[in-house]
Amino acid sequence: MEMISEQRIAATREKVWAALNNTEILKQSMPGCESFEAVGDNIFEARITTKVGPVKAKFKFKVELADIKAPHGYTIKGEGQGGVAGFAKGSAKVDLTEDGIETILVYNVQASVGGKLAQLGARLIDGTAKKMSDEFFGNFNELLSSEGSF
Amino acid sequence: MIENGIGASVRRKEDIRFLTGKGNYTDDVNVVGQTYAYFVRSPHAHATINSIDTSVASSSDGVIAVFTGDDLAADGIGPLICGVNVTGDDGEPHKAPAHPALAQGKVNYVGDHVAVVIAETLDQAKDAAEKVEVDYGILAAVTDTATASDDAQQQIHAEAPNNICYNWPFGEKEAVNDAFSSAHKIASLELVNNRMVTNPMEPRAAVGDFNSGTEEITLHLTTQNPHVHRLVLSAFNQLAPEHKLRVVGPDVGGGFGVKIFVYAEELVVGWACRKINRPVKWTSDRTEAFMADAHGRDHVAFAEMALDEQGKFLAMRVKTTANLGAYLSTFATMVPSYLYAFLLAGQYSTPLIYSEVKAVFTNTAPVDAARGAGRPEATYLLERLVDVCAEEMNLDPAEIRRRNFIPVEAFPYQTPVVQCYDSGDYPAALDKALNLADYEGFSARAEEAKSRGKRRGIGLSSYVEACGIAPSAAVGQLGAGVGLWESAQVRFNPTGNVQVFTGTHSHGQGHETTFAQLVTEQLGVPLENIEIIHGDTAKTQFGMGTYGSRSLAVGGVAIAKACEKLIEKGKKIAAHALEAAEGDIEFAEGNFSVTGTDKSMNIAEVAFNAYVPHSYPEGLEPGFDENAFFDPLNFSFPAGTHVCEVEVDPDTGVVEIIKYSAVDDFGRLINPMIVEGQVHGGIVHGVGQALLEGCQYDSDGQLVTASYMDYAMPRADNVPSFDVDYAPTNPPDNPLGVKGCGEAGAIGAPPAVINAITNALGIKHIDMPATPENVWRAAQAAS
Repeated sequence: MEMISEQRIAATREKVWAALNNTEILKQSMPGCESFEAVGDNIFEARITTKVGPVKAKFKFKVELADIKAPHGYTIKGEGQGGVAGFAKGSAKVDLTEDGIETILVYNVQASVGGKLAQLGARLIDGTAKKMSDEFFGNFNELLSSEGSF
Repeated sequence: MIENGIGASVRRKEDIRFLTGKGNYTDDVNVVGQTYAYFVRSPHAHATINSIDTSVASSSDGVIAVFTGDDLAADGIGPLICGVNVTGDDGEPHKAPAHPALAQGKVNYVGDHVAVVIAETLDQAKDAAEKVEVDYGILAAVTDTATASDDAQQQIHAEAPNNICYNWPFGEKEAVNDAFSSAHKIASLELVNNRMVTNPMEPRAAVGDFNSGTEEITLHLTTQNPHVHRLVLSAFNQLAPEHKLRVVGPDVGGGFGVKIFVYAEELVVGWACRKINRPVKWTSDRTEAFMADAHGRDHVAFAEMALDEQGKFLAMRVKTTANLGAYLSTFATMVPSYLYAFLLAGQYSTPLIYSEVKAVFTNTAPVDAARGAGRPEATYLLERLVDVCAEEMNLDPAEIRRRNFIPVEAFPYQTPVVQCYDSGDYPAALDKALNLADYEGFSARAEEAKSRGKRRGIGLSSYVEACGIAPSAAVGQLGAGVGLWESAQVRFNPTGNVQVFTGTHSHGQGHETTFAQLVTEQLGVPLENIEIIHGDTAKTQFGMGTYGSRSLAVGGVAIAKACEKLIEKGKKIAAHALEAAEGDIEFAEGNFSVTGTDKSMNIAEVAFNAYVPHSYPEGLEPGFDENAFFDPLNFSFPAGTHVCEVEVDPDTGVVEIIKYSAVDDFGRLINPMIVEGQVHGGIVHGVGQALLEGCQYDSDGQLVTASYMDYAMPRADNVPSFDVDYAPTNPPDNPLGVKGCGEAGAIGAPPAVINAITNALGIKHIDMPATPENVWRAAQAAS
């Protein structure tokens, strides 16, 4: 599946870019995220609990920031094992465009699943990926708009 | 007149226990001290296993052991086998890559067995299974049947270049090509035979129990053939010697082929119960069944027919690619070869047939026999092609069939594809079916439907099937590792009741009733005094089990032969008791009598004399207990014509089956009610394939139809009340005059349904399953 959506953020592109590289903001934005730690250069390990249809699982995600073009955007890639629930893979290509003092954040998401998630939840993965990415970038927008300090 | 004998629609004896919850299925078997197995399965379609870490799982609550492929290998437990060889066009045996019960460094489909966790409870086993850490190196997956052997595809097994198991040509290629080059017309069709998950109501299960005192393993299994399981597990998997392995298949809730095969879980449970010296139980859940039961069908084929000016079939050629999945299941390779190509003549006198079958490996579950096994694929292809021929020749589908039928006087009829049909009257079944379906009145009904905005279609399917696979010598020549005869033991007890031990296995077919009727008819013992015993290697003599509609046509004859032996012996005992010459003794309806006198004695008295031989013929063995083995002369060839009438809603694509008429030739019917039940079930199975069922893997090899949310099984509202009738012929090669009936419906129905839909929409072809979406798209494209 592949989907494109956007958020208008009441902050300058520089601020948005800084936030996109702030581990704490990324962690707070991610729905169900229990931990998000840097394990290397632009490589992180995240623990996320999520539910796809009937399957609830704790995922151990390896997250990587790639194609970094400051301050225009990057691609955030994740690959996670959810034990018997199977595995999930996804990426979001993020593009930032200045619009006066505001910023338009366009995100292009791809996701796929395997194992039990595919067997029981394949039908639901599009909806789940959309919901999770909307939640992530929605939270991100909210955090940025409410915390003037960033 | 014998009560409840041959021809009586006796209610099934076994249904009392099935309908009152008194059945004894494998999951009902519980042994003191039992543990539970749960399998760690691959979430990837194709991957190397870099490492498996079982340390955390092993020390989890309640866990007794965690085993991997290395543990099996260390104990010399062999890989799973394929029991039939197909020699390819390279003169080599089919490619049979190793099929370890637990993975050895690589997984090849989603659901492949990586490790097994054994714990005190099932929940503990499942919890610990989550803690087995497997490091996979993911490889590209091959899932598409048609392109599996393309050069660009990932190689699955080193032993099978281009993922090809075999290329198997059959027939006279040159002669067929010559006939095509001079034909009046050529009809052609490309089609898919959709992959099915068989879905018996009872999922697979195994309970293993090792007795360290006797060194015997008792393995309760969901099996259609307990002795075949025992033989393979002993001889090829080194589980235990045959005399130290008891396989019990108690009540089995539907098989349809899927419980013929020897599976990884069964071998692992049997091995593990000895390894840990405690009973081990495993029961498949439904998702596991979707993932790891053998699947059925999955062909892509191109078929052509050469015709003369009158619409007579001159020659046929077929190219087929058959998907065998990731590994060879127990009888996988014979299904798209011998059980498919040898049926391509169908009911027709087509003089020349050439077939090429390419069998391929893919990263999907193994594919093997499923109700009909090869014959539904052949029949679907042929009966669809015949309708295309009718269209090309502008002939009515009934007429083109009639013109090409093997004439009644031509039997026994040698087809160009090995089979020699012993009996049949195809025009009789066609006429009766057309009558039953009111074929004449169809156009008026179609007009009426049109006035309501609906499109009516009518479709025919004239099938022949070859079941009761035999004789053993021929089966051996084809590369099978077994013979296909059957055994029976008929034992009188001293008090006159009878126990019948059959080597066949009942998993829904009603043997306990049908076989008892046979014995009642022959021996005159009341039905309630006869017990049919099957499914336990410790009780019954060696037998081959039940599949391929063989139980009555082969196993029934063995029972009849044992009964004949009892009658012969009984005559000697009765002659002695009645003080008459043996030649003067007649047997009828349970009584031995002296010809021309009123002196007689019942068979129960004879049995008593045999066990209490106080006054007994000199030199005659005591006891009244005989066994018999029967190796048939030939296959059994049921046939028939099915007519399906549908109404299609062009706005929604919904297909409603308005009327379904089936006229079959099953020879002599023992219990017409049971036969009709088999016909109904078979048709519903076929309708499921035609309209609803389709197993789907995505391009990564993920199984996306793994529950009833995504895989549609037929329900009562998908089918009408069926009109069933018979046009029997007497098969000279079968001593009882019977033919198999268990698979016929599943063979006859798919082309009848699809032919009706193509007729309704005025289109050449639509692939199965004809779901509302597919039908709507086809209707849109056609209008």
